[in-house]
Amino acid sequence: MWKRASGICAVILILAAGILPSGVGADEFTEADLERWEGEFMSVVEYGRELWVSAELGTNGVACAQCHPNAANTHPETYPKFQQQLGRVVALRDMFNWCLLNPLEGAELELDSREMVALEAYAYYERRGVELAPGKH
Amino acid sequence: MPESLNRMNRRDFLKASGAIALAGTLPVSMVELAFADSSKNFTFAYISDAHIQHISGNSFVRNWDRGLIRAVAETNLLDPKPDFVMFGGDLAQLGSKAELDHGAEIMSKLNFKTRYVMGEHDYYLDLGEYWSELFGPQHYSFDHKGVHFVVLNSILTYDEWTFDRWPTAKQRMLEMAGLDNPNGSPFMVGEEQRKWLADDLAKVKKDTPVFVVSHSPIQKIYKGWNFWTEDAEQVQALLQPFDKATVLYGHVHQIQYNQIGNITFNSVMATAWPWPYPRSYAQAESHMPKLTVPMNRADPFFERDATGWQLIDVGTGRASLRYQLYNNTNRTVAFNTTTGQPEDSMYQAEDKRVPPQNQY
Repeated sequence: MWKRASGICAVILILAAGILPSGVGADEFTEADLERWEGEFMSVVEYGRELWVSAELGTNGVACAQCHPNAANTHPETYPKFQQQLGRVVALRDMFNWCLLNPLEGAELELDSREMVALEAYAYYERRGVELAPGKH
Repeated sequence: MPESLNRMNRRDFLKASGAIALAGTLPVSMVELAFADSSKNFTFAYISDAHIQHISGNSFVRNWDRGLIRAVAETNLLDPKPDFVMFGGDLAQLGSKAELDHGAEIMSKLNFKTRYVMGEHDYYLDLGEYWSELFGPQHYSFDHKGVHFVVLNSILTYDEWTFDRWPTAKQRMLEMAGLDNPNGSPFMVGEEQRKWLADDLAKVKKDTPVFVVSHSPIQKIYKGWNFWTEDAEQVQALLQPFDKATVLYGHVHQIQYNQIGNITFNSVMATAWPWPYPRSYAQAESHMPKLTVPMNRADPFFERDATGWQLIDVGTGRASLRYQLYNNTNRTVAFNTTTGQPEDSMYQAEDKRVPPQNQY
């Protein structure tokens, strides 16, 4: 009985030690943290906007914003979806690369590149508040 | 056979077969519509928003070139022939001589008298100087078979923005060229031109049909993308006294139509690329005319989809726009004398609309 109780105590002690290393909790954050994270996100959105209006993204001077002002008609909330022209389910990033190759006569971006994440962040940000509708055509 | 001759024959053959293929696709809807007093009827073609875009040296964006070349070629094949052609503005993308010259060269292949409207992409580099050398005055009027036409330069804006804000002309052009650029400025006809318009219209009898041709809509739809004219109400007030007034405008790269009092509004398509309907931008309110049945959502995999040009029948002083849409069923938006407003001949009723017209 004593043995068992001391065993439970030891487990509790180990758990307590585990969640309190040097006083910082995993899910504890402050208003200042939120502000900083929002700032980090918005700086990527702003970089995405810079790329969106850039004449340098492709090779012919055409910018994303020429056909998609405010990233309208990109429908980020509908991806992934069956892109009927490609005959398979694709992500929004695949369509960005399609546009880079075709109307912009440029080269594809790496799917995990800083530029691709920024373009995606901008398009999603302009579509904020719209209900998710994956698969919708 | 020497190789050069062989090549030339092949090129001629391709040219000839291209013309046949085009003629083969010309829709039968181009036959002129019949009106009560047919002696007053006429037809003109309307091409707009070509956005010829210079890359460098002698290269231009192929996609936009093809749009204009196709509209010109198809217009030349029209039978019966149109009385004249209007070009609705934005021949160039960034207003350079290279772009205006290249656009003018493509337009020079038209077999018909062509009149031009100023667009913001033609204007804000040199304030229309080179454009005027090529095409003449920036606002003017003329009469044709009993209809009074007025062409306005409706893409002017506040003097401070035009003259004092930007360090270079090139930057001014770039700032105005971005449709969604918050540094842009609202379009307007301006006091001086409105005065000219009032004087011009004073000489016209109130039962004469008046057609105003402008680049911007002369109504307020969405300010964020300049689907807007700042002094729209003042211009409309000059048109309301006429029994039949019609405003034809470009800029919006999509089908729109509306009726405000006595004034009928019709937009024309771009040859370059389509634009989303303002409702597709979730962060701002817009005021698309309720009457408008949208064009189909663009399919980017068809390069010319949701672009095109139009043939306009004028019968008894009202316009009937026959949209020549490259990858969709052609549409006709005509003034309905019974309801007193412009209506689509096929899709106007709610239950006649098709899923691709659902824009979101």
